[in-house]
Amino acid sequence: MIAIIDYNTGNLFSLTSSLERLGAEYVVTSSPEVIRAADYVILPGVGEASSAMAKLVERGLDILIPTLEMPVLGICIGMQLMCKSSEEGAAKCMGIFDNEVVRLQGDAIKVPHMGWNRITKLKSELFAGIDEGEYLYFVHSYAPNVGSCTIASTEHGAEFSSALSFRNFYSTQFHPEKSGAAGEKILRNFINIKAKRECI
Amino acid sequence: MLAKRIIPCLDVRDGKTVKGVNFLGLREVGDPVEMGKRYAADGADELVYLDISATLEGRGTFLRLVSSVAKNISIPFTVGGGISTIEDASALLLAGADKISINSAAVNNPGLITQIADKYGSQFLVVAIDAMLIDNKWTVVTHSGNKKTTLELFSWAKEAENRGAGEILFTSMDHDGTKRGYPCSELRRLSEMLSIPLIASGGAGCVGHFIELFKGDCADAALASSVFHYNQICIPDLKRKLQENKIEIRL
Repeated sequence: MIAIIDYNTGNLFSLTSSLERLGAEYVVTSSPEVIRAADYVILPGVGEASSAMAKLVERGLDILIPTLEMPVLGICIGMQLMCKSSEEGAAKCMGIFDNEVVRLQGDAIKVPHMGWNRITKLKSELFAGIDEGEYLYFVHSYAPNVGSCTIASTEHGAEFSSALSFRNFYSTQFHPEKSGAAGEKILRNFINIKAKRECI
Repeated sequence: MLAKRIIPCLDVRDGKTVKGVNFLGLREVGDPVEMGKRYAADGADELVYLDISATLEGRGTFLRLVSSVAKNISIPFTVGGGISTIEDASALLLAGADKISINSAAVNNPGLITQIADKYGSQFLVVAIDAMLIDNKWTVVTHSGNKKTTLELFSWAKEAENRGAGEILFTSMDHDGTKRGYPCSELRRLSEMLSIPLIASGGAGCVGHFIELFKGDCADAALASSVFHYNQICIPDLKRKLQENKIEIRL
């Protein structure tokens, strides 16, 4: 069972539809008990980082999530909240990844970064069967810098982390649930990751 | 590098995709979900669905259609047509739309842009602008060009951006339906003054028009409908030709 964490940031319809197309079972929940008992956890989210973080804190989920031992996937804002901090609203985040989320900057780029861009320097089982330079769908104005947790990079003005991983935690800045066949493959790869409880 | 986007647009009335030959004649061209699936499989980067139903029943049908699109199609889609309140926007978000597009409602009530962007984020909001050249001035119009406003295209686009629009979709009523190409110099000027993405709409008649648009860096995305619906241009072929012309594109 996949627990999709519901903390009232935006619409989960695309994500649940995508999991349904994969034939995966899921539950949308904010209950710590249900989340702790799940085989996989997804932390989605759209919107502004500091207010999204406040919603996690309100529900005590900022304490729970870093202690989870099953595979956890953060998407977009979900990813950013798993980093150390975000410039957006000067948010202190969960610090699972040692990355800082900064505003996208560069000459002659449009922000938000909206549309299909390439992911490169892929290094994770999350990208099994995905070609170097595959296009995925992005919508965001802030992104994590590149660091030791980076498992995919993308260029928009400058290079940023388009995916991160550390132990059982994974995350993508792009939206796999909106990225056609390539995105579905990445979601399928995630739910095929074997739990790594014994390593922790 | 961010790829240029190709966006087929589907006009929907009472649950069916239609295409206007002129104001009087609307021809049904297919089932919106099936057409969207086909476009997604062909390599469309996004889809736009515009509700042109005139009745309440039609609006209900459209809302159900939005959910069906979200369930069946795994690329982003924007919906527009008849959105005039924050409640309309909420209903479409809940039905599964990735973005909404507002046009005359923004002209009548610019505060709606701010309201929607504050509540759901700029990434959810496209502001569509129709304009035509009147006495040498690009004037914003509504109701398919039948109603002139006092707004000027470039300053209105900038205001929409400042109020929180995530993208601007510009249609020149002087080019729409002519198949003579996009208004590249106006688009280029808009693109240079905006810091948010710009979608060009109206006027595409052949592959060369898309090449001209992107080669000149006049827009971030190109929207078209009839050339796709009637198979005058097929998306895989279009994208190959764009790539041959060294335009960044997702194949």
